[in-house]
Amino acid sequence: MELQHTATPSDPRAADDVAEASQARLIWEKFRKHRVALVSLYIVGAFYVVALFAEFFQPFDPNLTSRTDVYHPPQMIRLTYVDDMGKRVFAPHVQKQKLTRDKLTLKASYAPVENERVFLRLFPKVETYKLVNLIPVNRTLFGPVNQGERFYLFGSDRLGRDMFSRIVAGTRISMSIGLVGVGMSLVLGLIIGGAAGYFGGWFDTASSRVIELMLSIPTIPIWLGLSAALPPSLDPLTRYFMITLILSLIGWTELARVVRGRFMAMRSEDFVTAGRLDGASPRRVIFRHMMPSLVSHIIASVSLAIPVMILAETSLSFLGLGLMPPSISWGVLLKEAQNIRSIAQAEWLFIPGGFVVVVVLALNFLGDGLRDAADPYSQHGA
Amino acid sequence: MLYYIFRRIVWSIPFFFAISLFAFLIIQAPPGDYLTTYAARLEAQGQVVDQARLETLRERFALGEPILVQYFNWISGIITRGDFGISFEFQQPVSEMIGQRMALSVVLATSTLFFTWAIALPIGIYSAVRQYTAGDYFFSILGFIGLATPNFLIALALMYYGTVHLGADVTGLFSPEYANAPWSGAKVVDLLKHLIIPVVIVGTASTASLIRVMRANLLDELFKPYVVTARAKGLSEFRLLMKYPVRIALNPFVSTIGWAFPQIVSGSTIVAVVLSLPTADPLMLDALLSQDMYLAGAFILLLSVLSIVGMLVSDILLALIDPRIRYT
Repeated sequence: MELQHTATPSDPRAADDVAEASQARLIWEKFRKHRVALVSLYIVGAFYVVALFAEFFQPFDPNLTSRTDVYHPPQMIRLTYVDDMGKRVFAPHVQKQKLTRDKLTLKASYAPVENERVFLRLFPKVETYKLVNLIPVNRTLFGPVNQGERFYLFGSDRLGRDMFSRIVAGTRISMSIGLVGVGMSLVLGLIIGGAAGYFGGWFDTASSRVIELMLSIPTIPIWLGLSAALPPSLDPLTRYFMITLILSLIGWTELARVVRGRFMAMRSEDFVTAGRLDGASPRRVIFRHMMPSLVSHIIASVSLAIPVMILAETSLSFLGLGLMPPSISWGVLLKEAQNIRSIAQAEWLFIPGGFVVVVVLALNFLGDGLRDAADPYSQHGA
Repeated sequence: MLYYIFRRIVWSIPFFFAISLFAFLIIQAPPGDYLTTYAARLEAQGQVVDQARLETLRERFALGEPILVQYFNWISGIITRGDFGISFEFQQPVSEMIGQRMALSVVLATSTLFFTWAIALPIGIYSAVRQYTAGDYFFSILGFIGLATPNFLIALALMYYGTVHLGADVTGLFSPEYANAPWSGAKVVDLLKHLIIPVVIVGTASTASLIRVMRANLLDELFKPYVVTARAKGLSEFRLLMKYPVRIALNPFVSTIGWAFPQIVSGSTIVAVVLSLPTADPLMLDALLSQDMYLAGAFILLLSVLSIVGMLVSDILLALIDPRIRYT
């Protein structure tokens, strides 16, 4: 068994297998051995699936308020219960809780109501909605058996909105802002870093100075200044794009530096010189000869840049200068947890923060794994 | 050496101008100026807006001039007279308002930097020397979580823990009885006590990344032949470590101050707002929100200058410990 896995010269078939494997396959083989990175890949993938089909995963409309369920604590899903006959029945449900107010202090508290349950099922019928704004669907992943009943897996906020549905809805914006923002900085970084690295000369000097300058200024005050410049009356979609633009205006520098360094190192390689001597245009040399060996590095730096963007958006929105309600992102949700009074009363407002940490961790591990796998000279996992 | 320092300082002057221009453009970016915001607010309150008064204000603050002229007036006032203009909102000279707050920001940033070093250096060395041991894994995991958690979340969590479980107030930098008291020994002690929590919070992320840098650098050096040679000639393990590989690994470590410092200044902004520290940042946020141009501009400028100074210090330190840099 062991022999088949390792490509020894005595086994010509295996040797051919490795020799002919495409670069993508080699990277994948190496990446697969990196356990943590592989698990992170699945986690990140799952989050993007949820982000894409957010409507399907939220049991309720994230903006639906409920005056009787203000600051409702989280409920646990129980799978079985003992019915009147004393028999154990399988029926997923949550215990109903009722709001009572202290007559003197008006302090709200919830007490479980005996024998009243909200039964849950998979794929319940709901009002028809458009999945990804395209496909009309009338079922969600899970929800109450009786339409109109409410349950709160992650509790509710000060308007009685379901935190679970809101977090799912926030996944879409928080996860995509990283992608869109990195996409924008990638375009800037590739063009500027690539040109600087390939042509060198005055352009390289000038752009390096600019990058150095951008890296030396503290980003958050600058971000704050730029987003304070946005008029508050912008509609949510425009604001979303302006914020991503602001984030990537600063974010491109790191990518540009990576690209420049790679180009610099590769410019003097023999195969590039050969291409140039053959009379290939700079465009052909860059895209046909140099790009293929750069792609993996770029992917790795992109996956390391996404979490930075996500954290930046969260911080900005948290301070009230990023996205604003009615947009829902994890940062907007965490803004609710800003003052000590509301978190002392409702600890579950912290939950979106947990998701931020998980996603950022997973993306970091994924990026690390990719970087190791993409580097042909690395000693890890090879 | 002196020549190097001199050259490096001269080099940062164009940097300063570029950043000040940048800061000025940012505060100029919002549509309209402070007076339009001011007039809109008066109107919203149902008060009559006196056009003549607006005109006088506009003239006094030279808001009608082209941007470059305004910039020139602003920057020359700062350089020649230390005059940062007047806060529209508070009708006070900006330089009077920001003095103590900026000083506290500097205190917070520098103590965070020292804290970061004090923690990251020994842990980084430990993780490298005891690679793949339980301790190494423990610090690695802790470091990753520190990197992934937004600063304000840690601040909130500590605030929650402090208030709900300890019944202690963790916000602010002074106890109430010292807040407005003149400076004294007791006040400094009080400040130091309050400084610990913000320093730990702000320093988490940069500590985590510095540990990783130190660990990776030292690992690159640990197995080089000169280390084996030193060990072979019978040097004790601790002296060997400190005398050779750590000194070389320290090099990139010092150069990271350059980027760690802006990061610390950046991070302290949010933490200061959450913990309502009397540093520059909360006031800057207010000023930005109300388009109080000179006030916001002064803060952005000074915080950026703080970062440039950090870079400068790191470059000079680097030249001090590494002769190769000094002579090129």
